[in-house]
Formats: sequence, C-alpha cells, structure tokens
Amino acid sequence: MLLYVAGTVFILSALVLILGFIFRDIRTDFNLLERVWLILPQVAVDGISAGFVYAMIALGYTMVYGVLEFINFAHSEIFMVGAFIGAEVLLIMNSAGVLGAVHPLILLLLILLFGMLGSGGLAVTVERIAYRPLRGAPRLVPLISAIGVSLFLQDAVRFFEGIWRNEFYLTYPTIKFFEQRIILSSTIDFSVKSIIVILGAILMLVILNYFVNATKIGTAIRAVAQDRATASLMGIDVNQIIVLTFFIGGAMGGAAGVLFGLQYNTINPFTGFIPGLKAFTAAVLGGIGNISGAMLGGIVLGIMEAYGASYLSIFTSGAFGAEYKDILAFSILIIILIFRPAGLLGQVVREKA
Amino acid sequence: MSKSTTPSLWQRLMATQNARITFILAWVVITSYLVVATPRQLAFGLATQAVFILFAGSVLWLYYLQIPNALKVVIGFLVLGVLIPVFGGLNQYYLEVATQVCIFSALALGLNIVVGFAGLLDLGYVAFYLVGAYTWAIFGSPQAQKFIPPELLKFPLAQEFFFPFFFLATFLAALTGIMLGLPVLRVRGDYLAVVTLGFGELLRVVANNLDKPVNITNGPQGITPIQRPPLFFRSWFEGFGTALHGASTGLPLGLDKVFGGIGSWMENANPAQLYPIYFYFLVLLVIAIVIFVSRRVSDSRIGRAWEAVREDEDAAVAMGIPIVTTKLAAFATGASFAGAMGMLFAAKQVFINPESFTFLESIGVLAMVIVGGMGSIPGVVLGATALTVLNLQILPNISLALNSIRQAGYVIPVINYNLAQLPSQFEPAKYQRMVFGLVLIVMMLVRPEGLLPAKRRRVEIHQDKEVEAIV
Amino acid sequence: MKAKILFVVLLVALIATACAAPTAAPTAAPPTKAPAAAPTTAPAAPTAAPAAATKAPEPTKAPAPTTAPAATSKGTIKIASQSPLSGDQASLGEGIKLGTQLAVEQLSKPLVDLGYKVEYVPFDDQAKPDVGVANAKNLVTDPDIMVVIGHLNSGVAIPSSEVYKDTDLAMVSPANTNPNVTDRGYATVNRVCGRDDVQGPSGAEFAAKELKVKSVYILHDKTTYGQGVAEFFRDTAKTLGLNILGFEGTEEKANFDPILTPIKAANPDLIYFGGLYPQAGPLIKQARAKGINSILLGPDGLDSSDFAKLAGDAAVNTYYTSVAAPAAAFPDAAQFIKDFKAKFNKDPQPFAAHAYDSAAIALKAIAAVAKDAKPTRKAVSAAIRATKDFKGITGVYTFNKNGDPTIAKYFFIKVTSGDPAKWDANPIAKTLEIAPPEKK
Repeated sequence: MLLYVAGTVFILSALVLILGFIFRDIRTDFNLLERVWLILPQVAVDGISAGFVYAMIALGYTMVYGVLEFINFAHSEIFMVGAFIGAEVLLIMNSAGVLGAVHPLILLLLILLFGMLGSGGLAVTVERIAYRPLRGAPRLVPLISAIGVSLFLQDAVRFFEGIWRNEFYLTYPTIKFFEQRIILSSTIDFSVKSIIVILGAILMLVILNYFVNATKIGTAIRAVAQDRATASLMGIDVNQIIVLTFFIGGAMGGAAGVLFGLQYNTINPFTGFIPGLKAFTAAVLGGIGNISGAMLGGIVLGIMEAYGASYLSIFTSGAFGAEYKDILAFSILIIILIFRPAGLLGQVVREKA
Repeated sequence: MSKSTTPSLWQRLMATQNARITFILAWVVITSYLVVATPRQLAFGLATQAVFILFAGSVLWLYYLQIPNALKVVIGFLVLGVLIPVFGGLNQYYLEVATQVCIFSALALGLNIVVGFAGLLDLGYVAFYLVGAYTWAIFGSPQAQKFIPPELLKFPLAQEFFFPFFFLATFLAALTGIMLGLPVLRVRGDYLAVVTLGFGELLRVVANNLDKPVNITNGPQGITPIQRPPLFFRSWFEGFGTALHGASTGLPLGLDKVFGGIGSWMENANPAQLYPIYFYFLVLLVIAIVIFVSRRVSDSRIGRAWEAVREDEDAAVAMGIPIVTTKLAAFATGASFAGAMGMLFAAKQVFINPESFTFLESIGVLAMVIVGGMGSIPGVVLGATALTVLNLQILPNISLALNSIRQAGYVIPVINYNLAQLPSQFEPAKYQRMVFGLVLIVMMLVRPEGLLPAKRRRVEIHQDKEVEAIV
Repeated sequence: MKAKILFVVLLVALIATACAAPTAAPTAAPPTKAPAAAPTTAPAAPTAAPAAATKAPEPTKAPAPTTAPAATSKGTIKIASQSPLSGDQASLGEGIKLGTQLAVEQLSKPLVDLGYKVEYVPFDDQAKPDVGVANAKNLVTDPDIMVVIGHLNSGVAIPSSEVYKDTDLAMVSPANTNPNVTDRGYATVNRVCGRDDVQGPSGAEFAAKELKVKSVYILHDKTTYGQGVAEFFRDTAKTLGLNILGFEGTEEKANFDPILTPIKAANPDLIYFGGLYPQAGPLIKQARAKGINSILLGPDGLDSSDFAKLAGDAAVNTYYTSVAAPAAAFPDAAQFIKDFKAKFNKDPQPFAAHAYDSAAIALKAIAAVAKDAKPTRKAVSAAIRATKDFKGITGVYTFNKNGDPTIAKYFFIKVTSGDPAKWDANPIAKTLEIAPPEKK
C-alpha cells in the first residue's frame, strides 16, 4: 500500500520536474524549475492527506458494491452526517466549557468514535428501510432509491441544524494542538492536523484490511461478496453480513467526515456531494469491490488532483488553471479504464449476467 | 399480468367499447370545462392545478382504454394539439409545464435507448444535451464573433439557420456519442457508468472553462441572447384567427364568445405569446419522432441486438452480434435525441450557461427512466411526466398553498397554535427537494418495476426474485 | 388487469389528494366557488382589462359576483420572491427570502391603509434556469403579484426576466451583478446592487492607490458573479500597472491547499477573491494557516458576519467592497439587523439587506400608484423605474434608464476583528461614488 503511495508521488514528482526542466524558459517572471522544486513537498503532503480522505469514503462505496453490486449514492450524505456529528460533539463540549480541558488526542478519539457510530448506524438504518426491500429488484432500482435517500438526508440535516442552531454552515472549533505547524523551511511547513489525518487514515485502513482479510467475519464478508447463495449454504447469515458491511462502510465514511471537518474546518449539509462523487470515481479507478483498490484509487486521485491544481497554472502561465484539475482527474480516469477496464487492482472478473 | 376470474365493477362498467368511448370523451369534456371554468385569479389555488393535471390525465386514459386506434389519434390530437395550447393561452404556466414535460420526456426516451434497451448505464447523459445546446447557442448568438472575425462571417446567424443547425446539433451529439463510445466499449457494467459520469462532468467543466485561452463558450457567464427560430407561420396564424373570429359570430350557447375570444387572441398575438406555443409544438413534434423511432427501432434487428447484449453480452457475441456497432448505435441514437432537445432548450431559454448541465440533471433523467419503467416507452414518458410535474407543478404549488395558509394566520384548533408564528425554518418552500427524495424512495419501494414496466421486465421481477438478484 | 386498474385509480387518487381538493373540483361548480374567493379577488376585474397579456378569453362568470364587496377591501397585492431555497446555495437564497419577508411585514402599512391586503409569496428557483422559468410562468398568471424580488443567480435571472418582461411584471434584483441583466434595457428589470464592471475596477483602483500593493494574485469561484468581478478587476489592475501573478478559478469548496501552495510561493501583496463568503472564509483561514500573509480583497459577496465566523481571526486584514455601508454609519441598517435578528434569530445573510431595500422600493412604488384602484403591472414597473433618491438601508437609490442605480456609493471596508459580533464595527477605509457605465 505505502509502496503504491510512494510510487504515485514519485512518478508524478518526476513528471513535473521533467516538465519543469523542459519548459524552464517559458516563464520570464520567475525560475520555473526552482518554483516547481520548491513547492513539491508541500503539494505531495496536501495530495496525500486529501487522498486519504477520499480513500476512506471510497471504502464505503466499494464494500457495499462488493457485497451487493450496487452503487450506494447516499454514501456521500453518510459521510456528511459523520462530519456534522463530529462538529456537534466538539461544539457541545465547547459550549460546556470542557473543550480545553481534554487532551486533544482523546478529543480526536472521541469525535471519531461518535462520528463512526453515528454514520455506521445511519448506514444500517438506510439499508434496512430503503435498500433491503429492493434486494430482488433490478440493479438500477436501489440506485434511484439511494438518490432519494441522498436528497432526503441533505435536507433533513439542514432542517435539523436550522432548528437546533439556526445555522447553515458549521465550523469546527479551533483546537490549538492541531493547528500547530511543523516548519521545515520558509516555504515548506505542515500542520499537525494533516499529519494526524494521514496517520489516522492509515491506521484505520490497516485495521480494516486486517479485519477483512484475516478474521473469520472478514472471511464471511468476502464469501458473501463472492457468492451470496453459496455463502448462505455454508451457514453464513447473509443479512447479518450485509448489515455489518453497511455498518463498516458507514463508519469509515463517518471517520472520513470527521477527519475532513478537522482538516478543512467548514461543513454544510451539501458538503458530501463533491467528495462523494470523487471518492466514487476513486473506488472505480482502483477497481470497485476491491478494498485495497479503493484505498489506492482514493490516494492516487487525491495526489493527482493536488499536482494538477498546483502545477497547471504554473506551467501554462495561467492559460489553464486549477479549474482544470477535474478535467485532468477525469481524463486520467477514462484513460486508465480504457487500458485497465477493471480498474487498477481489479481483476477482470465475471460480469454478473 | 394476473387474470382475475371475477370481473370487478370497473371491468363490468367498461366492458363495452361504447362505454369506454363515452367515458374518455366525458373525461375530456368535463375536465376541460373545469379548466376553463376555474377562475384564473385563483391561479395559485391548488384546485386549478389539480384540474389541469386531471385533464392531462386523459392522455393516460387514452393509453389504457381499448378503443379504436383512429379514435385514439383524434382524441390525442384534440387534447395535445388543440386544448393544451388553448389552455396555454389562458394560463401560460400550463404550457410551460407541458413543454418541459415534453423536453424531459424526450431526454428520458433517449436515455431509455441506452439504459433500457441496450442496458448500458449512462450517468453522463446530459453531456449530449450540452453539446446540442451549445452548438446553437454559440452560433445563434453574438458569441461566435469572439473567435471568428467579422470579415469572415457575421454573427448571430439569421433565424433561418435554426433548422439546418437543428440537424447539425443532432448530428454533432450523435458524433459525440460515438466518440465517447469508441474508447469505452471495452469497459463494462458500472465502470461504464463512471466513465460516462466522468465524461459528462468533463464536458461541463470544459464548457465552464473554455472562455480562455480562446473564448468559445463564454465560461460561467453563459451565452445570451440566443436566436429563436423564425415565426414563419405568423401570418397564417393571424389569418386563421380572423377567419375564426368572423365565423364565430352568431353561434349559439355562448360558443361565439369562446371561439370569438380565441379568434381575436390569435389575431393579436405577439411573438411573446406565440413563441411558447411554437416551442410546445416543436417539442411535441420532436417527441413524436422520438417515440416513432424508439418503437420502430426496438422491434427491429438492432433492437433485438440491444436486448441480447443487455441480457448476456457473451452469449450475444457468440451468436454473432457485432458488439461494437450495436453499442455505438445505442449511444449515437440516444445522444442524438438529447442533442435535438438541447438545441430547443437553448432557443427556448435565450440564455444558457454550464449550470444547467450538472451531474444532478443526468441523475434526474435517469430517475425518470427508472421510475417510469426501463425499456417501456409509455412508461418512460409517464415517468418523465410524473417527476417533472411533481417538481415543477405539484410541489411548488403545495408549498405556496401552505404558505398562504400560514400567512392567513390559520389557527390549529385543538392546540390553539397560530401558524403565523411558525419559525422560518419550517418554511414549506424550502423542503421541496426533501419531499422529492421521499417520493423517489416510496415509489421504488412500492413499485420497483416502474410505473408502466415493459412486459418482460415485469414478469421477470415478479416471477423469480432470486434469479433477478444476481442480474 | 385488476392490478392495473387498481393502480391507475391509485395514481389518479394520488395526484388528486396531492392537490388537496380533489373532490371539490368536480362537485363544486364555479358559481359556488366564486363567492368564497370574492373578498380577495374583488378588483381583479378592472386590472385584467388593461394588462396586455391577459387578453385571452375571460371566463365570463368570474367578474360578475366579484365586483360587489370592493368597498371594504381593494383586494390583495402580492410581493413574490424567487431565490434558491434548496440545494447548496440555499443559505444565500434564504437571505433574499427573509429580507423580502421582513420588508413586507414592516413596510406594507401604507398599502394596508389604502385598503389592500399585502401578501408575500416565496418561490424556490433551485438555482436552476428551467425551474426559475417555470416558476416565473406560474407567478405571472397571478394578477395579484405586482413585483418579483430576485434572483440570486444571473443565470436564472436572465431567462426568467424574459418572462416577466412579456407581462410587464417588475423585477427588482438584490443580487444579480452581471451587466447583461440590465444591459438588455428592459423596462421591468431593476437592481439595487453594484455591477461587476464597477465593483471589479474600483477594487483594483483601491488596491493600487489606497493599499499601494504592487503584486496581486486573483482567484474566483467560477460563477457568473465571481468570475465577472474578477475579470474586471484584472483588466483594470493591468492598466494600473499591478503585477498580476496569477488568475485562477476554482469550484472547490473545502480543500484549498493545492491552490494556496503556488500562491505562497508567488508571495503576492494582495489576493483578490471574486466570490462569496462561504468560499472566502475557509480559503483565507487555510491561507493564514499556511503562513500566507497577503491582504485579502473581495467584492460584496464577502459582506457577512458569517465571513468572520467561518474565517475566525484569519478574517483580519481583509478588505471588501460594499454598496451597503456598515451599520455603524447607517442607523437604519443597524435597526434592520436588530429586527432581523429578533425575528429570525440569526444575522442577516448577504443580500438580505438588499432584498429588504428591493422590496421597500417596490412597496413604495406600488403605494404611489395604488391610491384609487389596484394598479396595473405596467404602472408599477414605471413607478419603480421612476424611483428617485430612495433612502434605503444599503444606500440611496435612483434608477437610470436601464434600471441600474445611477450613482452607487461603494464603500471599502476593512475587517478588523474575527469576532462575528463586531462585524458592524468594521471601519470604512474609503468611499467612492461611481456611476454605472451606460450601454453604448
């Protein structure tokens, strides 16, 4: 896994440096190559931390897809709800005056716990109400009901926050510890929180990987994903496994939401949409249904976006700017899928019917 | 379809053809009367809207009841071609809703070819709509002057160019479909969904950014004013109005007033009043073509090929179906419909910018296809109608009614709570999308096969849920 | 077959019940309905005649019973608003709605005294042009509606105003800064906000002459508004000899890291952000955290205490253009903020004050032409266009022939505190009076 991250960073860095060398005379106002080199570490860290957030959201899509073969469009809202729960916990503690008294790392664990439980519970509820009755229907039917859930949840959160706080935007309270910066040089410095996001995400991904690949329940999940009918013949309670899958996926989404809120501070009831879309793309990029693939896809997409957004305008003298980063990301996605139709890590599997 | 052994009261009532014909005629006449009779001052009254929806429901009856086809055509023409435009003269909101229903129906029918017939999940359908819209918007407005020197060509192009461009837009959209199709055909199932999603977003972002280095789309500022098609029929229309006016004098039963009114309205109609009707008919024409093509195609060789590919791609290949051409044909046909509609949309709106072509629009059209019933032409039309009417007519008007109840200071009797005190968070206008989401969920739970499913699919769903689960 | 029919009946019933009065429609014939409607619709008959668009055959029965009770009430006058109330721009759209609502509640007394009932009808345009146009067609059919306050997005306002124009319905926009909105020269379209092609250039002049910056990095939000302002800013900045280090747009709402990294390396004196506070707040917060100390300058989209809430202390050393003076300088505005807070329990969003003024202008104009009988829409449009020296809470308004405020006062305001409560105490750095460019 780390190898892939390092590899992606290395390849992209090498690419921009080579481009920087080739085009070094294109800018008259500053030394292009030097500028490229100067911001490189910062861009890499930004990309990795954004990538890990994508990776965690992508897991929710991919786990549900692996088991049920359907795209859970409401996952972006489950992610958003996680971010809101984290914010609410912090804000309530803040108004109770205990925020400063608790150690920041315990705070982090606390909001992660609440966010994961809340989002996981929500995902399970949504499954029970809107998806389970549709399990026999054609694949696109739960997709539409998921879109319905998505629209409903956005407004439900807006409604709740409107009554509860009369706010549309929520801001995570500033916690000094997370805002500290590790200064390496005059141009390169990282905040503690982006390191925490990266470490937290890695930790959770490792645990999940272990859980799915090395425990008995994990084996059951994989069995259900592979063949539901046979798995149930082997004595696996398929419904229970599906609920568990939704819970894990939702909890990962919730954790991602909390980390997202911590990293970028401001959230609103529609925050989930764009990261959700990107993470979904990332899940497919990595090979949907494949857990390592989702992580890889998320990280690669995050890093690619960061490089694209940071370097495009430097190289083109502003003719193409950061606004083209989406074009870059989607073009690369299309290209990769043309050459590897099942995603980066996906095997070319049986098309189910 | 289950055959019930004992006929219900309804079946016994509708047993004879005459009864059915009487019923549909009575329905049309009574609802038309109600539409005309409901005072327009109550345009916000829900009754007005309900009455119109009931009236429009006659098309549904027309589809359901078994009456001679010739009669169906006549009544259909009467309702769609005569009464709706006339009611549109009374209340142009009706016409606007009808036009948008037709636009979305055509889009949904186009997507139905790709998703319903060929089984290729396309999440970026709106891209083709965008291509059509921008094709005319750029050249039918002063926009093109920004990259083509005036010595070469003067822009905007004359109104007459609308029709050649109509074919060009259709063709370009089809070409885009093929261009997207060619590279992604290796990709199957949900991967295809994401590639198309990416493609749709890609085109939107390009349109949003192509104001530099060369200003082609004018970016987020959008393009305006866009030329409308020429009103070539205006003199004919006015002449007909005069004739009608003249002929109506002396008619009994107040008919002189009705026809005379229509006649004098037609005589004096200005472009602002004519264009909505014109666009309605244009869209209706396109939708007729789309339905015709859809029906013909679905029964043709290529339609069977699509079905085969949808059901089992490998088996289809084994049977010698050329996969590439088959899939490309689906993409191209679906895309061309969207292109045509996009162009009409641009001309109707006079202004377009990339915000009209977001991912949510694609999802909305997909929802229409699935709510209506994938692969079923009447189903898709009904789905598009239901969702468009719900979003544009029912939900806004309900929230307006609730709003006026609230403003009137209605007091809930038992708990003695004055609604005027309701805080603004409960404003009904704010939660239309929430209700829309709920309706989607409930509809899927209640009728997963869609409102009017294609026969095959319906059987599939109800016959063997377990088998379908793997599909 | 049975199931099929059951379903059809169900569907019809569903549609019918959804529309509240299903059984009432077939049974209640128009005569029984008309009297119920009488008090509100009374003077509709006289207005229907002169309005150009309502020539279509009138249901003959309607006017007869309605003329009688006109003595007590002259009828209803409705003020409509259109803005996004759902979707991710809902919070801005709601500002327009609440501002209008407050104005209607507070300022309709002259009309009520004249014997009218004044109502407010909010529409949700969902920030989508097709929905906006459909709503427009819906609301023009209600002859009681005399004016529309809206929209938020120029992309929705332009096609919708084509509909208003056709029925002479006046529109007063609190937020559409795109030059195209008024440059079409429609008699019905007015606005109380600055134009992009004034705000941008004056911002550049302020940056060059007052802030004396040498280099600038320009960002915008890829919307009609943000990019419009930013481009005008760039063009003027260029002619003033500022060094433009970059010009970029982004739709990003949360993660600004990749954009900020090159900015940090370029180290500009000033960052100009064409856009709204929900983006600007997190942007500047992340920029300051990254150690970027450039001054931030923005258009009136930054004018909200929520900006301080989102940005915290990072908001300090930000300047924004505003056509609305801070409340401290305008006592009426302070009152507005107080009332708004008391009623809705939150600070007014941007454009709320403009919406309030838009509605105030409209109400005043209607009252001026409604002395004797309910006015026509044409008369209302003309009265609004004739507005002269209207002293609102965001400025003094006189409309020119295109519906732009003739001389708009532009304030440059410095944010001095990250505390949202102190937003109103932000000092004016400079005041400029600029007339809108006349269309050739």
